Amino acid sequence: MKYFLLTKNTNFQSLIVLLFLSFLFISCNSHEPTEPPLEIRFEPPAHFPEVAYDLNTNPITTEGFLLGKALFFEGDLSRDGTISCGSCHIPTSAFTHHGHDVSHGIDDRLGRRNATPIMNLAWHRSFFWDGGVHHLDLTSLVPIEDEREMDEDFARVLEKLAQNNDYPRRFERAFGSPEINTVSVLKALSQFMIIAVSANSPYDKYARGEALLSDLELQGLKIYEEKCASCHSGTLFTDLSFRNNGLFPKPRPDKGRYEITLNPDDEFKFKVPSLRNLRFTAPYMHDGRFRTLDEVYDHYESQVQDMPTLDPLLRSENNKLGIRLSSKERTALTAFLETLNDADFVTNPLFQE
Amino acid sequence: MNYISKNIFFVLAILASFLLFSCNNDDDTDSLTPDIEEGEVGRMRFEFDNIAGNRNLQLNTGTYQTASGEEFNVTTFDYYLSNFVFIDKDGNEYAVPQDESYKLVRESDRESQFFGFDNVPAGDYTAVRFVVGVDSLRNTKDISERTGALDPANGMYWSWNSGYIFVKLEGNSPAAPENQNGEHIFRYHIGGFGGFDSPTINNVKTVEIPLTETAVVRKNNAPLLHFTVDVLKLFEAPNPFLISENPTVMFAPFSVKIAENYVRMFAFDHLH
Ligand code: HEC
Ligand code: HEC
Repeated sequence: MKYFLLTKNTNFQSLIVLLFLSFLFISCNSHEPTEPPLEIRFEPPAHFPEVAYDLNTNPITTEGFLLGKALFFEGDLSRDGTISCGSCHIPTSAFTHHGHDVSHGIDDRLGRRNATPIMNLAWHRSFFWDGGVHHLDLTSLVPIEDEREMDEDFARVLEKLAQNNDYPRRFERAFGSPEINTVSVLKALSQFMIIAVSANSPYDKYARGEALLSDLELQGLKIYEEKCASCHSGTLFTDLSFRNNGLFPKPRPDKGRYEITLNPDDEFKFKVPSLRNLRFTAPYMHDGRFRTLDEVYDHYESQVQDMPTLDPLLRSENNKLGIRLSSKERTALTAFLETLNDADFVTNPLFQE
Repeated sequence: MNYISKNIFFVLAILASFLLFSCNNDDDTDSLTPDIEEGEVGRMRFEFDNIAGNRNLQLNTGTYQTASGEEFNVTTFDYYLSNFVFIDKDGNEYAVPQDESYKLVRESDRESQFFGFDNVPAGDYTAVRFVVGVDSLRNTKDISERTGALDPANGMYWSWNSGYIFVKLEGNSPAAPENQNGEHIFRYHIGGFGGFDSPTINNVKTVEIPLTETAVVRKNNAPLLHFTVDVLKLFEAPNPFLISENPTVMFAPFSVKIAENYVRMFAFDHLH
């Protein structure tokens, strides 16, 4: 693919976002507001798999990204102007709704699922816990139209943006036409989300040969490889498949993937989430039922429910369910999972409102 | 057959056709099928006229009755038609270029019920085939190839389960259960293109309708095919059902039954 400009001996930079921003220059000229000469490019990290998103259909530009960012934090995407994408996808929480088990939308209405991080989505082939949406460009329609989230007609969003003093000009700069339509709004939002790449954690530096891990972290890596990597696999820390990890179904259960395929074999299956940035994304699971990693370990160790669609990997030969995790193993595993936290990602000024 | 009798046959045939013409010259273009020039194209026009039984459909104000005797009115009736193919008397088919073939017909928008296609090869067309809904492939195309009628902002799209709603019928009926606002609403949003990577409901349906009058397309002749679309049929054969038992059907197995019914809504009425 032609986006892969990096060669093996290039000094690796996961996402080259060139901020040619001279603070000195600005402070000397503070009376003259200057546009920061920012240049956004998407370059997939070399240790990541092939990008799923077809960038030919939406070439990333600085103007497109900035427009997408403005839209991401735009209250007018909701019925009453109060909720933006950023309300539930908070950048400092790896774009999750930190502290909420299920997300909180318009008029304080509760959703039914835990907000997923906006992170490395250019590699995903389906979206949401149930994979109901098969293209990143189509994801933004869901929260806008969901009555528990932003509760707005997409057609009204287009009208509101067209009446805004600023947006027609910004669309013109990004896409060459001041016309604001479904395609341009969705593509701009995708540009912002595509650039949200998390690939600079201590683990990534280790993977690129730029840093070492401690003995404990390496022990944790081994445990992860043995016990977790069959599902939370690869550099994305998810194989992006739909699986049932044995969570106890609540009353009026969320049947996950089944709701999309109506296939009984898909009952209670959810898209395997990434293990990156867990420090910032608690609570965990599709309904945010666990607040800590220890609760997650307890689940895998002793609470896995027997169900017809339970993933076979969680069923051992003697028909014991779950994954044994001694307290020593837990300590090491946690130390390893900590290396997946990418502080650069959550503090990157590029993503802050 | 010898040479002479062949010739006589030929002469007779010509005579017969003259007779036919003279018998029909009160009739206009129908049987007077003018010659076709090389590469000649014309326009085929359509009207989709929504009805309820033998009455015209009136949004909100009209009250109708299903075959099972349930009363109802209609507040929304919208549907997609696409992938039009015209079949001539010899069985030759002409497919409208796909990009141009997507039409969203809305009862609330009279203009949407009339449309036409240009550059149709001149010919004598005796049947029309189209998809009720949006074909599977188009459902999966990049959003930039889904503008106009296919814009997801048109309200005929399931965003949470990416795919078009093919037919939407909503209304009120005393047979529908009361909701918390004291209303008795029924809603049928039928779609399902078969799934992106895992197979699921596929309600993409093709109908082929013979034209009881030949549609003669020429440079200077643009026939208008008047179709009727009878909402009552949605409740009838082959799977008759009660509003009271199925007041809301969206993405669920029962939608397959309704789709089997609604392909029978479409009928050719006459030619203008
Ligand atoms: C009210 C809270 C809320 C708002 C507002 C919101 N989201 Fe979300 N978002 C969620 C929740 C909850 C999920 C997970 C839902 C699910 O999987 O069913 C989610 C999931 C997603 C996903 C799927 C990610 C994945 O891993 O598959 C994307 C993409 C996304 N949101 C983008 C957006 C965009 C863009 C906006 C603004 C247009 C937005 N969200 C607004 C709560 C919200
Ligand atoms: C059989 C596949 C499988 C295995 C093995 C597995 N997981 Fe999971 N994991 C899942 C699935 C599926 C989910 C999402 C379940 C849901 O929310 O319904 C999940 C969710 C999680 C979450 C929640 C993440 C979030 O953002 O909400 C954590 C943390 C987690 N797993 C850790 C682990 C660890 C640690 C191991 C190894 C000890 C492990 N998993 C092994 C399939 C697996």
